Amino acid sequence: MTTAFAASAREAGDPQLTPPRRGGRRRGWTPYLLLVPGLLWLTLFFIVPLVQLGSASLQSQWPGAPGYYYRDVNVGNYVDALSSYGVHFLRSLAYAGLATVLCFVIAFPLAYAMAFKAGRWRNVMLILVVAPFFTSFILRTIAWRQILADDAPLARTLNALHLLPGGHITETWVAVVAGLTYNFLPFMVLPIYTSLERADPRLLEAGRDLYADRLTTLRTVTIPLAAPGILAGTLLTFIPAAGDYVNAELLGSDTSTKMVGNVINSQFFTVLGGYPTAAALSISLMILILVLVLGYVRRFGTEEVL
Amino acid sequence: MATNTREAHGDLVLENVTKEFADFTAVDDLSLVVPRGSFFALLGPSGCGKTTTLRMVAGLEQPTGGRVLIGETDITGTRPHERPVNTVFQSYALFPHLTVRENVAFGPKRRKAADAMRLADDALELVQLSHLAARKPGQLSGGQQQRVALARAVVNQPEVLLLDEPLGALDLKLRRQMQVELKRIQSEVGLTFIHVTHDQEEAMTMADTVAVMNRGRIEQMGPPERLYDLPQTAFVANFVGQSNLGVGRIHGTDGDFIVAEVSDTKVRIPKQRSEIHDGQVMFGVRPEKVRIHESQPVGTGNDVRAVVTDVSFTGVATQYLVTVPSGANWTVYEQNLDVEPISLRPGDDVWLSWDPTHAFGVPVDEDGRKAALAEDGA
Ligand SMILES: Nc1ncnc2c1ncn2[C@@H]1O[C@H](COP(=O)(O)OP(=O)(O)OP(=O)(O)O)[C@@H](O)[C@H]1O
Ligand SMILES: [Mg+2]
Repeated sequence: MTTAFAASAREAGDPQLTPPRRGGRRRGWTPYLLLVPGLLWLTLFFIVPLVQLGSASLQSQWPGAPGYYYRDVNVGNYVDALSSYGVHFLRSLAYAGLATVLCFVIAFPLAYAMAFKAGRWRNVMLILVVAPFFTSFILRTIAWRQILADDAPLARTLNALHLLPGGHITETWVAVVAGLTYNFLPFMVLPIYTSLERADPRLLEAGRDLYADRLTTLRTVTIPLAAPGILAGTLLTFIPAAGDYVNAELLGSDTSTKMVGNVINSQFFTVLGGYPTAAALSISLMILILVLVLGYVRRFGTEEVL
Repeated sequence: MATNTREAHGDLVLENVTKEFADFTAVDDLSLVVPRGSFFALLGPSGCGKTTTLRMVAGLEQPTGGRVLIGETDITGTRPHERPVNTVFQSYALFPHLTVRENVAFGPKRRKAADAMRLADDALELVQLSHLAARKPGQLSGGQQQRVALARAVVNQPEVLLLDEPLGALDLKLRRQMQVELKRIQSEVGLTFIHVTHDQEEAMTMADTVAVMNRGRIEQMGPPERLYDLPQTAFVANFVGQSNLGVGRIHGTDGDFIVAEVSDTKVRIPKQRSEIHDGQVMFGVRPEKVRIHESQPVGTGNDVRAVVTDVSFTGVATQYLVTVPSGANWTVYEQNLDVEPISLRPGDDVWLSWDPTHAFGVPVDEDGRKAALAEDGA
């Protein structure tokens, strides 16, 4: 606006209309001013706690005084944490990865149907996808415990058909992954739906016109067009799922299905003197996820996301 | 059947093709033959069913009645990828996630051509875009995108190439340039081109055959000169160029002419140039065929009084708007050949005359009445 106006004023040769320099300077500051509230918020509630967490992860115990620490650079915390809880890391990644794949398998056809086939049902379907958010996450997960319980119809039927090797669904990794998949599904559906809905249907027609059958069009046109949404959806599912502890807590067993989140939770809140370990685990998990995500985005990312 | 329809070759034939959407007939019992290798233009106003017709040829829409054939092969009901037909879409529809070269190579790759990339490069050379092969479509100008869309279709050497107003988004200069380029490419590769447009000048300058479409039907089809010289309906008379029209009643004949009375004036129409031989007729004559005089001309017999309502000087010609006794507004183009041109002003009484061999007669239909009315309102 300002530049166009300036240009036309200059062409008109009217010096009175040339905007004062201050206009340009004000425009230079505006973006920074707009950033201030966000930066303040981030500093207070993200940077400060992060630094605190980092320093906690390096603290040492007062000898003979459990629960008391002093400032230190004790890298041993990390060594201990990773050597005793490495298996939980792997489990977290495996469960989160599996849940992400399942979410994608369920979400893509659903989003596709909503974007291209639902017609006037589209809004109803959208509301149904979002509706679970009206109830608490914890409550819904507890409901899943009922659904998967040993004496509920599902487990009973499977048992009657001898299809359930251990006899239970709850207390197994299946229940945890099912819970993760259920809880994070909307985060996969919505971004994929948005990018499919934005995709120009004429591009799909162009694909079919250029000798691609339906499946080939899906592979070579539709999915690439939805790539930004798929990328966003997998990140929004994988990252929180890898750090989740509620599903493993409520649906899993006390021993064989614990994820990193559960360990961090118990180190922080139940184990006396677990603070440095919990902090070291948290920092490690963050770095691990950051590295994985960066690698993933590098590999599959599109300009639209980065 | 499905596998070898892609090998079909020959003329494109539409037999009684109809397309109904719920309660609306978009294409109504349309039949035509487009000879192999010709440049065919489909001309018509917005909403007359041009795009729908193309989509049925491409297979993106199935007709509710009739058949589509290429040569002897019936391709009705086959899927788009099973037809030797490609489309240059009105909106280009280039794949944004692929480079220009990959866009062009898309078709050959799907057809499992071994040298897809080389074919793509050749096609890009044809449209003079080799230097932009590595770009994404988003980094091209409108005209460049249009040429990529053309290359992406031409590279497949389809039996029939459909162009759905591909020049619609371009400015006039680029449009003229692209028209020439399209024509060059068509004669170079020798494919059947079906070019949809609502720009009559574009259709006339480019096509071997022009079909004028209106309300889902073809009103008239033929070489551009013939369409202009002898329209067969009032709609064509006014859609292809302009016409001065008047409703009259046929009184008899005079040698090779029909004599009709149009609002108290007797006019003559050559017998072979009239669709109608008795009863009501719509008389027509093109604006540049009409002469304007300050006094009654002697001996022509085909004259009518009029009042000048507007004069606009355009350089090589002067355009007069006049009101004839029926109340209709006619247009007259006079070439500025004389050293001292007649100077007329609005309100002047004049006489119009024309060589009766240029007159034509078409049926009086709703379109014609509307066209005449529209001129009244002008
Ligand atoms: N899917 C559809 N459902 C209902 N009516 C349709 C559909 N597609 C097209 N029509 C109608 O069919 C008629 C012809 O449409 P078409 O797109 O073929 O017009 P066109 O001649 O290409 O016009 P334009 O020059 O504006 O592109 C229009 O009246 C349109 O509203
Ligand atoms: Mg159209």
